[in-house]
Amino acid sequence: MRTAALAALFVTAACNSAPAAQAPSPQRSTDTTAKSTANAGLGATSTPNADPFPSTYKPRPSTPTVIRNVTILTAAGPAIHNGAVLLRDGKIASVGASVDAPSDAVVIDGAGKFVTPGIIDIHSHVGAGASPGDRGANTDDVNEATNPTTPYVWVEHSVWPQDPQLPRVLMGGVTTIQVLPGSANLIGGRSVVLKMVPSRSVQGMKFPGAKYGLKMACGENPKRVYQQRGPSTRMGNVAGYRAAWIQAEAYRRRWDKWNATHQGDPPQRDLGMETLAEVLRGNILVHNHCYRADEMMQMIDIAHEFGYKIRAFHHGVEAYKIADVLAREGIGAAVWADWGGFKLEAADAVRGNMALIDKAGARTIVHSDDESGIQRLNQEAAKGMAAGNAIGVPVSEDEAIKWLTINPAWALDLDSKIGSIEPGKNADVVLWSGDPFSVYTRTEKIWIDGAMVFDRSDPNEHWRTDFELGFVPAASTVGGNK
Amino acid sequence: MRALILSATLCLASFGPAPSHAQTVAITGGKVYTVSGATIDNGTVVIRDGKIVAVGPNVAIPDGAQRIDATGKWVTPGLVDAATVLGLSEISAVPGTNDASAQGHDNVAAAFKVADGLNPTSILLSPTREDGITTVVIHPDNGLLAGQSAVVELVDGSATDMIVKPSVAMVANFDSPRRVGAQSRGEMLMRVREILDDARTYAKRRADFERAQTRPFAASRLDLEALQPVLAGRLPLLVSVEKASDIQATLRLAKEFGIKVLIAGASEGWMVADELAAAHVGVLTGAMNNIPREFNMLGSRQENAALLRAAGVDVALIGNAGGGDEDQFNVRNIRYEAGNAVAYGMKWDDALRAITLAPAELFGVSDRLGSIQPGRDANVVVWSGDPFQFATRPEHVFVRGKEYHDVSRQDLLMERYKNLPPNYTEAP
Repeated sequence: MRTAALAALFVTAACNSAPAAQAPSPQRSTDTTAKSTANAGLGATSTPNADPFPSTYKPRPSTPTVIRNVTILTAAGPAIHNGAVLLRDGKIASVGASVDAPSDAVVIDGAGKFVTPGIIDIHSHVGAGASPGDRGANTDDVNEATNPTTPYVWVEHSVWPQDPQLPRVLMGGVTTIQVLPGSANLIGGRSVVLKMVPSRSVQGMKFPGAKYGLKMACGENPKRVYQQRGPSTRMGNVAGYRAAWIQAEAYRRRWDKWNATHQGDPPQRDLGMETLAEVLRGNILVHNHCYRADEMMQMIDIAHEFGYKIRAFHHGVEAYKIADVLAREGIGAAVWADWGGFKLEAADAVRGNMALIDKAGARTIVHSDDESGIQRLNQEAAKGMAAGNAIGVPVSEDEAIKWLTINPAWALDLDSKIGSIEPGKNADVVLWSGDPFSVYTRTEKIWIDGAMVFDRSDPNEHWRTDFELGFVPAASTVGGNK
Repeated sequence: MRALILSATLCLASFGPAPSHAQTVAITGGKVYTVSGATIDNGTVVIRDGKIVAVGPNVAIPDGAQRIDATGKWVTPGLVDAATVLGLSEISAVPGTNDASAQGHDNVAAAFKVADGLNPTSILLSPTREDGITTVVIHPDNGLLAGQSAVVELVDGSATDMIVKPSVAMVANFDSPRRVGAQSRGEMLMRVREILDDARTYAKRRADFERAQTRPFAASRLDLEALQPVLAGRLPLLVSVEKASDIQATLRLAKEFGIKVLIAGASEGWMVADELAAAHVGVLTGAMNNIPREFNMLGSRQENAALLRAAGVDVALIGNAGGGDEDQFNVRNIRYEAGNAVAYGMKWDDALRAITLAPAELFGVSDRLGSIQPGRDANVVVWSGDPFQFATRPEHVFVRGKEYHDVSRQDLLMERYKNLPPNYTEAP
């Protein structure tokens, strides 16, 4: 028993970059790191807000790298033409018109090419909804559609690190993704933030220190899935959210009280309520699938009623109708460029959505929700730019790059670490064959934490999952060069 | 704002029977991609009575012609999306707005013609046309023998006005036996052989059939009748199939019955590209899928279309990303499919051909559309630049000689919400 307790302590200490260590606002979080650690020391008692599946990600060894003579879209200011960037020790060391290259640096000439931050997709299901998806393959682990409220599931427990979709995501220039549970449920469960790196376990992909997200869903999906048992109406949906938050409030009070006093037996843990209580404490970010403007407005009121924040609406095809409200409330809008019409709540999708959200001062975020679209998020942004121009809302490349990088980084509360090319940021960088907003441009090289993880010209730098070996012809993973 | 409102009025006024377009139009100075012939720098295209009447570098401009200065612009045939349910499906999740599939008998609905259900007032026609797509090939969904496809031009008017040809292919789905009532590939093909064989017998013994003096056939009278043009080699069997060995099995079947086939999907087509080329079998595929979504497409790759073309196969590009891109809502994105095909190795001219003349040829309507040459329907688009690029805009769109100034429902929504809060009484 003693050794077990020691081991628990060790684990907690070893993952000091994990969520507990960087809970942002102690005022809001009565459950401090110290108390979590103390709880871990209580012997075999499990603790509510520890990090039971800690990240084991370690950056790959890297060589100092300079990319020079290249156009850099920094997502932090105007593009730098004929610029240079130095990646060292996993970080962006410097960026500008020129950089001092260490003598041992690999120097890459980027003439005619572009550098951007790694793309971030905050709405993906890859890994959890894996390929191949044949009936009987049982690779669809996205929706726990057994109860309309399942805050107790964590999607990381569905992620298969050998999903052949994962290397393809990386090839699209995407270096960080948020995997979410599906939208069958009002409250679908916890998300997980992953780096696009090969690993034997999901823990080896988890972004160290990233907060969890909570998936919520509005509208047609839950009421369709639960037509028989309920909720079967939109009013039933809203009653369902509120009932869950009322329960969560009470749960949070019980635990906050016990955490403050440590008097008597701790309240019994409830996995779902733990997650919701952490949302109420501000430690888990709400990602809310919601198509219609009127429903988003209702979700905002629910958030006000219970004192939580919605970080981003996802699939907000009608976000343009309330872009001013989203700006005022500080809620991000994660949207497609042009998907719509597949159900009535998606019928008012317009291609100017991205530009109109941006124009109102809200955060436009390009998301995919799709294993194919995620490989071309740069093209989605390009479509959004073109649509803006067509309606007299011009969008510059300097702005559009933010839709793909720093804005989604903000939605994950990781904008201090990733999402822009600035000194001190993680060296998650993509070298493109040309302007990333051109249809003809492809990724050439990709770095995560300063280590090259993809090189189109080098077959030894193509990640092949276990599944692909033997099953998938090697040529089709990346294909020949143009 | 004002311009948009004005053009909206024009657009609304244009509803009704397709008017005749006596107006003569000369598009001058553009780079003209005829597709059927050489590309002409600084060329002129003359349109009259709905047809192209002249194209070339030194064409006399008829007196009184409306001139469109296309200097610095790119001029192409109207684009063709060779695989969609545009006009057959409005809101995918609302069954009452979907007319692309048939109940049939045991997964067979050969006699079903999607053209009969075409909705000429679909709100998706405008956003498609305003992006330079002037022709679509619409297909039936689902079933072993799903029914017959049609070629449709996006003109205002009735379904009859729109339909160029109501039956251009017989659709068959061989990519997933279990979705068409069979337990295995062998059983599925056995059933197809039985039906084709019965259709042959039926043709020889129609009189006996009417007197109930034949054995029972494997398909209904209407379906057996509908298969006659397929057996005669006049109507291609458009087979949706992904896996290389399934493509080979389809080629064997075609040879056995002497029928003409086209392949749609063909994720692993690149593995059997030479065989497809040798058999002169055209392929409909895209350039945006590289995911082994199912065991029948483990070899999916984005170079597929380019590799097939390089091997000499006639390729029509269709949406194949597998998400929402190929839905009726985004037929307009076919030009980006072409751009991606180029990014993954296809020659630019071949990519343009693959969304214009190639599908017109594969579906037997190249005498009507798909190229800029005298006698063809005047489906012509003037682009601000390279049509495959996102930043490029179609500036003039002609279908059968009429210029359309579409204001789609999506345009109206954007106009309403461009400044917030919206004004709900302002008439657009």
